[in-house]
Amino acid sequence: MSNIAIKVENLSKAYRIGQKESRADTLGGALASWVRAPFQNFKKLRNLSQINANSNDTDIFWALRDINFEVKHGEVLGIIGKNGAGKSTLLKILSQITEPTTGHIDIHGRVASLLEVGTGFNPELTGRENIYLNGTILGMTRREIDRKFDEIVDFSGVEKFIDTPVKRYSSGMKVRLAFAVAANLDPEILIIDEVLAVGDAEFQKKCLGKMQDLSGKEGRTVLFVSHDMSAVQRLCSKSFLLQNGIILIQDTTEKVISFYLDPNHNIISFVPEDSLIGLLKVEIINPQFKIVKSIDVQSRVGINIFYRINNDQKTSYTLGINIYDESGSHLFTSHDVEFARKNISFKRGDYSCVVWIPENLLAEGVFRVSVAGMSYNPYIVHFHVLDATSFFIVDMLDGTSARGNYSGKMPGQIRPLLKWEHQIN
Amino acid sequence: MSERQHHIRIEARQGLQRLNLREFWRYRDLLYFMVLRDITVIYKQTIMGFAWAIINPVFSMLVFSVVFGKLAGVASDGIPYPIFSYAALVPWTYFSNTLNAAGSSLVNNTSIFTKVYFPRLIIPLTPVLSKLADFAISFAVLALLMIYYRFLPGWNILFLPVLMLIMLLTVAGLGMFLSAMAIQYRDVKFAITFVTPLLMYAAPVVFPSSLILEKFGSSAYHWYGLYPMAGVIEGFRAAIVPGKAMPWELIGMGSLSAIFLFIFGLWYFKKMERHFADVA
Repeated sequence: MSNIAIKVENLSKAYRIGQKESRADTLGGALASWVRAPFQNFKKLRNLSQINANSNDTDIFWALRDINFEVKHGEVLGIIGKNGAGKSTLLKILSQITEPTTGHIDIHGRVASLLEVGTGFNPELTGRENIYLNGTILGMTRREIDRKFDEIVDFSGVEKFIDTPVKRYSSGMKVRLAFAVAANLDPEILIIDEVLAVGDAEFQKKCLGKMQDLSGKEGRTVLFVSHDMSAVQRLCSKSFLLQNGIILIQDTTEKVISFYLDPNHNIISFVPEDSLIGLLKVEIINPQFKIVKSIDVQSRVGINIFYRINNDQKTSYTLGINIYDESGSHLFTSHDVEFARKNISFKRGDYSCVVWIPENLLAEGVFRVSVAGMSYNPYIVHFHVLDATSFFIVDMLDGTSARGNYSGKMPGQIRPLLKWEHQIN
Repeated sequence: MSERQHHIRIEARQGLQRLNLREFWRYRDLLYFMVLRDITVIYKQTIMGFAWAIINPVFSMLVFSVVFGKLAGVASDGIPYPIFSYAALVPWTYFSNTLNAAGSSLVNNTSIFTKVYFPRLIIPLTPVLSKLADFAISFAVLALLMIYYRFLPGWNILFLPVLMLIMLLTVAGLGMFLSAMAIQYRDVKFAITFVTPLLMYAAPVVFPSSLILEKFGSSAYHWYGLYPMAGVIEGFRAAIVPGKAMPWELIGMGSLSAIFLFIFGLWYFKKMERHFADVA
């Protein structure tokens, strides 16, 4: 028996994206194009299923390019990447939902893939009926479900409502039931896509525990895709980073995550030509204006925004940021209101601006930054780049932060240094 | 871990996908639960429930009996017009409902098959089976009508399974073909709703097929048999009306084209299957 569970070789996938519509500018032209439309539509729709790997068509988009990797039996491999990096496409190919354009994959062992929990759940059916429907969709037989039924219901914690239509469930109960079915699949290889991003914290812990059981004690092979860095770090010893359809780095999870969070790697540029203002890049700087990735909880965090003004019209504009925590919860937003109030407008050219997040505000952890440029009156958002950059807050534990000398787990996304006043009555 | 290791290879395949019957058999429970889902869910939160399965053909029968039977005086081979039309409406209602449901089945289940792998053939075949529940209910009403008209069925009723097989092959073939086409060309959805009523008037639902023989001659009647529902509907009448001969010529031609439609639908579905998730 070979030791390889999954072997991916030279895998690529091309998609056909929408062609640009041509516009007629005369009445005759409009009439002619109206007559021609059905034929053109037919050609366009037919082309959706015809992709020639060698053609140089401009409307072909390569979601994955030349992917190679191996997963050994019992290994837990993480896949990290931003939205649109090609993670979902890779998982869809691995789950046999769509075919690769070139290359091939060999899988040794029974696979179950969870791209979503609760696929095929029908709101009109009861919990019991949905367990059977969802279970068979995931590839279980009726006998297998019969055998595991009690375990599934037990894990989900919805015993009391098992004969109630699922549409009467709270969304949390639905997720729990769905995950309970999935968690009781018995595959040799498990492919999981961010299904843990749902459910309450306690249930997430339970799911992570179940997955650790699967991979650790029972020696299952797991392929895990997530935005949740701490979950990836906890579960996967090795990972790789996907970006724009290629594997950027493949190493231990720790190295991959730090590469992912490295601000120098996050150089984005988004300059729409027809827009007033575009984003060039975003850097995280410390109070000494040095580009960094991690910052002490007791020093302020600088977000240095480089942007470009595209025309000479004297339109006023302003910048804004959004700060999210690691799991994507929106913590706060900030606009440069003073700049907007003063109605300042710059000439065509490249500029930069630093916004400072005060010290002793954010707790330890990973934070992501989105950057937007907009005008008021009328309110137009010229760009809004999600995941523009990210940074880490660390506490050096010198006793002067809000932590004091406590080194245990401290919950909460913000951690201001508050003043406590005592009185004697 | 199993002794003999399960191995799959995923790659771009050219042309036709192999029809994997063993895999299909492994997923038989899924087909069962999908059919069960359809049957359970369809009349949920309705007042009339399964009565809807009867209301549709019964009211069509009443309207046809008045319009075609009384007003237009369409011939009905000497059979009372209500039972003449209802015997046709039982298979026809199944045929048109299933065609509609199967044709849009892939489009409606996009959220499932783009997330999980299973034999996609299950999707268009589900309505082919689940609509049999409605069929059975409306058939029970046919039995009541027979009691009312004191029709004692002859031996011909034993041929019903053959007729149903032709009907199932036809609708499964068309369903596979149309569902696979609809996922890429959404025009199909509109085309089906527009064509099925026309197809009803092409089938011998409101008139007897003997009228074709009478008006257009025997060679037209011969070719008319290629429309599988012609043989099925006339066969249904022959099965329940005592002393009426089975229209073997229509049934023979019809079974040929039913087999052709089934094979063609299956071929087209398997040919397009690998693109479903990409074009959906």
